[in-house]
Amino acid sequence: MKLPLPPVPTALQPKPKRPGEGERVKPLDQVKEAGVATVDWVDERTSLSGAARWVMFRKVPKGTNWFYTLGSASLFAFLSQAVTGVFLAMYYDPSITNAYESTRHLTNEIFLGEFVRGMHRWGSSVMVILVFLHMARTFFFGAYKYPRELNWIIGVVLLILTMTMSFTGYLLPFDQRSYWATVVGVNINGTGPMVGPFLSDFLRGGAEFGSTTLSRFYAIHMLLVPGGLIAMIGAHLYLVTRLGTTAPPWLRAKTAQKDTV
Amino acid sequence: MADGRKEPKSKYTLDRGMPGAFEGETVTRRNLMNLTAQGAGIVAVSAFALPALGFAAGSALFDRPPATWSPVGPPEDFSPDEYVPRVITAQHGIGQVGKTTAYVRKFNPDVDSPPNPPGIENEFIALSTRCMHLGCPVRYIQAAQRFVCPCHGGVYDFRGDVSGGPPVRPLDHFYTRVRDGQVEIGPRYSVNSEFRRFPSYRDPGEDLDGIGQYMYPGRFSTPKKD
Repeated sequence: MKLPLPPVPTALQPKPKRPGEGERVKPLDQVKEAGVATVDWVDERTSLSGAARWVMFRKVPKGTNWFYTLGSASLFAFLSQAVTGVFLAMYYDPSITNAYESTRHLTNEIFLGEFVRGMHRWGSSVMVILVFLHMARTFFFGAYKYPRELNWIIGVVLLILTMTMSFTGYLLPFDQRSYWATVVGVNINGTGPMVGPFLSDFLRGGAEFGSTTLSRFYAIHMLLVPGGLIAMIGAHLYLVTRLGTTAPPWLRAKTAQKDTV
Repeated sequence: MADGRKEPKSKYTLDRGMPGAFEGETVTRRNLMNLTAQGAGIVAVSAFALPALGFAAGSALFDRPPATWSPVGPPEDFSPDEYVPRVITAQHGIGQVGKTTAYVRKFNPDVDSPPNPPGIENEFIALSTRCMHLGCPVRYIQAAQRFVCPCHGGVYDFRGDVSGGPPVRPLDHFYTRVRDGQVEIGPRYSVNSEFRRFPSYRDPGEDLDGIGQYMYPGRFSTPKKD
């Protein structure tokens, strides 16, 4: 089914020129013309403007409020984690002998290191909290119901991936706290019946906590889970755009009342 | 069709009216090409994905380091009534992280039962400090004759049996032996609440009584007992 594209808002529609102004070309107009020509050149070859309009100019139900920003806030927290994480990786050394020392070095001696690491460290907690609040909003507003069940399921996968990120990232500073927390966390995984013992061996890279454990956690934290997160966020956003958002339940209750009267 | 039965379908694609059919074919060229291409794709993906999976999980699940024995002192150092802490290297090549503490004492016939199943040297008892709740290091307190875990309050008695808190089984043991006048500590083994020995040691939190021993299977390979 192909839906008609929503109209371009009047503020963004091109205005007709005033009579008698057609001849003179101002420098500002030239710059504008160049920009329009570039966008047109790309659009002619990709038809991206339709997609952009489809994503951006959506109908939003009455009663939309600040609670509806929690999803964007989670996305922003993820972007912040991604950017700071990439730059932390430039100084971090995931070897069992240098992990702690390189973390200390980048925190204490690199310009703005404490800030960037602090953003990543506290940002991870912020992201988990925001994801939970976003989930609570979806639950209490009944926004998981038909036709949005699949988006709820994707959201649960995203929650699990976020927790995996928190779990694997916690080991990387390799101090006493992260070491013992990981020992406990891996053993919690091991208590799962039948698969647990093999899961904990897989996580540690062997029967004992060893040098492979750290590099394994680093690879999961840096490469495996972020790829999954980005793909799942893409699917999540696609479904949000496709299905739209729901009105708050108190507003829907009001319309339902009006219908029956 | 008075009896309501369908005529059996012809095996020839032409008779079944399939697009792209030739006379005498039972499989259309289109279907054959499709299956061949999909199959080749599956083979190509498996060619890198399966080895990569095996690489990630194989040695973690199947490889076991060889058993090592660490001397911890002459037999005179140890008494049957008191534990002596000894630091041994459980995992080589990773520095301080690979070290662990063992509490060693002499076999005490008043409290200890003979090894079950028999067949191991049991002159000395070496207990692991790994708490059987979730793996934090326990500490022995001589005045109370108890092992106490700092994380979640697990308590063990003199034999290493659980006397309180969340742990699911007694503290792990190490094999011991006496060689060249030195007590040596070897690989780890687990015991259940009846002190039955499980040579393939289990991770903390895994119950070994009743159904637990089947719910938490041992590893695929275990180091040989030398």
